[in-house]
Formats: sequence, structure tokens, C-alpha cells
Amino acid sequence: MEIKSWLEDDTLTVCITGEIDHHSAAGWRTSIDREAVCAHPAVLVMDFSGVTFMDSSGIGLVMGRYRLVRSWEGELLLTGLSDRLRKMMTLAGLDRLPVWGKKGEKKYETC
Amino acid sequence: MKPVNEMRVQFPSRSINERLARSVVSSFAAGLDPTLDELADLRPAVSEAVTNCIVHAYPDCIGKIGLQMRMYANGRLSVKISDWGVGIPDVQQAMTPLYTTGGEDRAGLGFSVMESFCDKVRVRSKAGSGTVVTLDKYIRSRVTEEV
Repeated sequence: MEIKSWLEDDTLTVCITGEIDHHSAAGWRTSIDREAVCAHPAVLVMDFSGVTFMDSSGIGLVMGRYRLVRSWEGELLLTGLSDRLRKMMTLAGLDRLPVWGKKGEKKYETC
Repeated sequence: MKPVNEMRVQFPSRSINERLARSVVSSFAAGLDPTLDELADLRPAVSEAVTNCIVHAYPDCIGKIGLQMRMYANGRLSVKISDWGVGIPDVQQAMTPLYTTGGEDRAGLGFSVMESFCDKVRVRSKAGSGTVVTLDKYIRSRVTEEV
């Protein structure tokens, strides 16, 4: 699965687009991990602004990437979350993790 | 109460069909004139139930998944997702938030999503013979319009 991503100042931004379900999550996981493992960024930004649907597979995708970047003491940030996606993430208690990027913040330019 | 409309479909437990199931239920629900928010609640709930069949009911094979939809005059939409797979030995444990047997990238929140986004969730399961999950959702917009 092709993924739009860029690395700047030790921050890797990956843009997820379309639908995240169990079927598509495996492809996103492989693509994000390939980029992240190469770059070992201090900050991994997952940009959800292009996501049109997400079920709990999206939560699993975030939790797995959180574990991955923590393995080299990196940080994970989520940006571009609609209210709907935020509601889904909150179900998992992800609002208790320091993962919320501020939308529009210059440092974390959205896709 | 008799349903005002109903529909049944059956499809194999291939992950590509998760999206198909959401689309079918959305299209059926359109008959009750739901709001975008109501549809956005329904779609992940259906997706979770169907994903459970694919991941858990038929872990090593492709089996049948049944989808039965019914709508009632009072605005209730009932979606029944059936499989004939391995069954859930302990339904209560399976419904516990964060409990999963699906590996590290599964969040264990499938039933939590169904319960959060639907009005009622019923699960009947028998080890070795399958599981039936029934999701009930009231399409309020229709109820309001008629008042």
C-alpha cells in the first residue's frame, strides 16, 4: 500500500486516507512500519485528516504504532482527527496518552 | 411487531466483505431516513460484528456469514449477524473491553464499539456451532418527523 509520508527535523509524518477497517489495517501497518523503522524518528505523526471511516481496527493500528515508537523512546502524535474519530479513540482511552497533536500547528503540518 | 421491510444476504468470511456489509446495511437503513450521525454509528458497529466472524468464528477457513436486516414502523432497525463458526465459550469475557484473542494489533474493543454506538446488543453463542449478534438501533430522526 502506497503511503504519503515525509521526514523533517526527526519528525516522520504519515498520511492515512480512506477507510480503516480490519481489511485495510494490515496494509497501513506494513506501510507505516516500513517508513518508521527506516527513519527511527523522534516523533511519529499519524495524520487522519483523509480518513473517511474507522472502526476499532484504527485503534489497534494506533496502539501498535505507539508501542513501536516507544521501543526507541520516540513519541507518537495523532492529527487531523474529526469529532467522530476522536470519539472512537476516546473509547480506547487514547485521550489519556499524550498523543493528541494540535491541528493546524505549524510543526505538524497536515496532509 | 411485524417489520415493514426486511432483507437477508449471505457472504463468505473474506475481509474484503467488511466494507460490503457496511454498505449493504447503510443502504437498507436509508429507508428509515437516518441522519449522517446515525449512519456513522451504525457502520462501525456492523463492521465490528462482521470482523469478529472473520477473525474469530472462522480462524482457519472461509465460512458463511449471514446478515439479516429488519426495520420497524417505530424507527427500530435490527441487524442480525450470524456465523456457523467456532462459537464463543465465554460471552461475558469476550465482551469485556480490551479483552482480545486476536493478536497485538487488535484492540479488543469490538463489542465496546457495538455497545457504544447501538441502543441494544444481544449475543447468543454456542461453542462449536456459531454465534448470533443482534444490533438494535433506533433511527430517531424518523420518530421525530412523525410527531
